[in-house]
Amino acid sequence: MNDNIKMRALLKGEITEVKVLIGHPMETGRRKNDLEEVVPAHFIQLLTASLNGKPVLEAQWGTGISKNPYLTFHLRGAKVGDLIKVVWHDNKGQTGNGEASVSAG
Amino acid sequence: MQRRHFLGMSLASLLLLPLQALAALWNKAAFEAVTAPAARQHLQVASEQPSSEIEIVAPDFAENGAVVQVEVRSRIANTEAIAILVDKNPTPLIANFMFSNGADPYVVTRIKMAESAELQVIVKAGEHYFTASKQVQVSLGGCG
Repeated sequence: MNDNIKMRALLKGEITEVKVLIGHPMETGRRKNDLEEVVPAHFIQLLTASLNGKPVLEAQWGTGISKNPYLTFHLRGAKVGDLIKVVWHDNKGQTGNGEASVSAG
Repeated sequence: MQRRHFLGMSLASLLLLPLQALAALWNKAAFEAVTAPAARQHLQVASEQPSSEIEIVAPDFAENGAVVQVEVRSRIANTEAIAILVDKNPTPLIANFMFSNGADPYVVTRIKMAESAELQVIVKAGEHYFTASKQVQVSLGGCG
């Protein structure tokens, strides 16, 4: 588990609410720094989530997702203790991952 | 020398592999399209119809375009994917979420908006596409 990703998964009735917060600059490639130099694009392109190893969500992102991306999604059929994993890949080939066990909400 | 060349080549191709695999998945043409219609074309949206079964929760007025929270829920049966676009952003396609194995067609995320614009949502359900939109006024643009 990386420290640049925070996750929480709460079972509320039939729905498990998964919240994900990732530390990432999400640079568009259009921003200029204080020296008027263009900051190269650096952004997450792909994020996948799985429940007990089965894929549940695939997100493709462009540069329009805000810095330090935030995501909530909902799962049906998950139980307390089930394992949710998230993996991301960015345009520079960097990757990160996190996991959370479903807890009672 | 030949052996070294061979080793160098194989290492290079090994390092390249994950990026190539990613490139095959990521819809480069759609995400780099500079107009919303072009992005739709690369998402292979054939024809779309407006639907009141798509719920968009976003602010009417956003003070800071760098962070605009958007919530989308589809009540359309067999929803497979939800795409979010902002028509006046330099690259309008923001994200495409694909759901499977019991994931609800629901997402909350935070996006950048360059200026006041129409937030557009496209839902894919089987071979059909549905759309909904919401106007968001932005005070301070957020597309650096």
